[in-house]
Amino acid sequence: MTLNEFLHMGGYAFYVWSSYGLAMIVLLLNVILPLRQRKKLLNDIARTARRARRNTT
Amino acid sequence: MFRMFKDFFHKMASPRYFYDISGNMIPWLAAGCLALFLAGLYYGLVKAPPDYQQGDSYRIMFIHVPAAWMSMFIYVVMATAGAIGLIWHIKLAEVMAISSATIGAWFTFLALVTGSIWGKPMWGTWWVWDARLTSELILLFLYLGVIALYNAIDDKRTAARAVAILALVGVVNIPIIHYSVEWWNTLHQGPTVTKLDKPSIHLSMLIPLLLMALAFKLYYAFVVLMRARCEVLERERHTGWVRELAEKK
Repeated sequence: MTLNEFLHMGGYAFYVWSSYGLAMIVLLLNVILPLRQRKKLLNDIARTARRARRNTT
Repeated sequence: MFRMFKDFFHKMASPRYFYDISGNMIPWLAAGCLALFLAGLYYGLVKAPPDYQQGDSYRIMFIHVPAAWMSMFIYVVMATAGAIGLIWHIKLAEVMAISSATIGAWFTFLALVTGSIWGKPMWGTWWVWDARLTSELILLFLYLGVIALYNAIDDKRTAARAVAILALVGVVNIPIIHYSVEWWNTLHQGPTVTKLDKPSIHLSMLIPLLLMALAFKLYYAFVVLMRARCEVLERERHTGWVRELAEKK
């Protein structure tokens, strides 16, 4: 099997590759989003804690 | 003996302990998931021969079928976790239930869209209102309903209770999806793997399908833990250990 044949997918290239492409996007997105959320959350909590300490002293 | 089990579950259900343990588990689950994915892609896209009826278009199955399985599996996990939270008031069960909802919704979306993309060349249409497709679409709405309801209620514990009840009522849709291809005449093909007699799928196609299904399971396992950890941080943000953790970063 040549690379061209592989990419051609027997004439179904559009359907096969759009399915796999979409799957990869969805799967990556669901890893990136919680990573970013966690970072944002930790920064936010740290900031609130620092502010609270400054106000009491 | 019973005491030991009880202590173990209490410890596991403590948010701080969960946060630490899950943090250690995620890299291993992710690595296993990636390995299974690569193997599944190789066997599914390169090694498996074209189908004698559908040509190469059937390769969409290796995404579509595991995604559809996961959409139902995650729903049952979510409803079960919700029920455990309702009955025993275990916070971590509530966290697992709501963390599952978003991922479940994404898998349902993926199953619907890849099914549609597969349907176009095979059935000649992107969509038909038949039993299998419609009940899967209702599953997506159930997930979206769960997420919207959770976000609409400010108090997280009240929200978790409301969500658990909605999720439990929605469980009725799961057997409907599964048996829809037998109960009604549909365009969608019947089950080929979960039949009681020998599965009517060739081994060269069954292997990548199972590899992908397992990869999706591990994917769900580590992504749900990632989401659950965020939810734990959010809920415990006023406790000492979370503040300490945040300031160490």
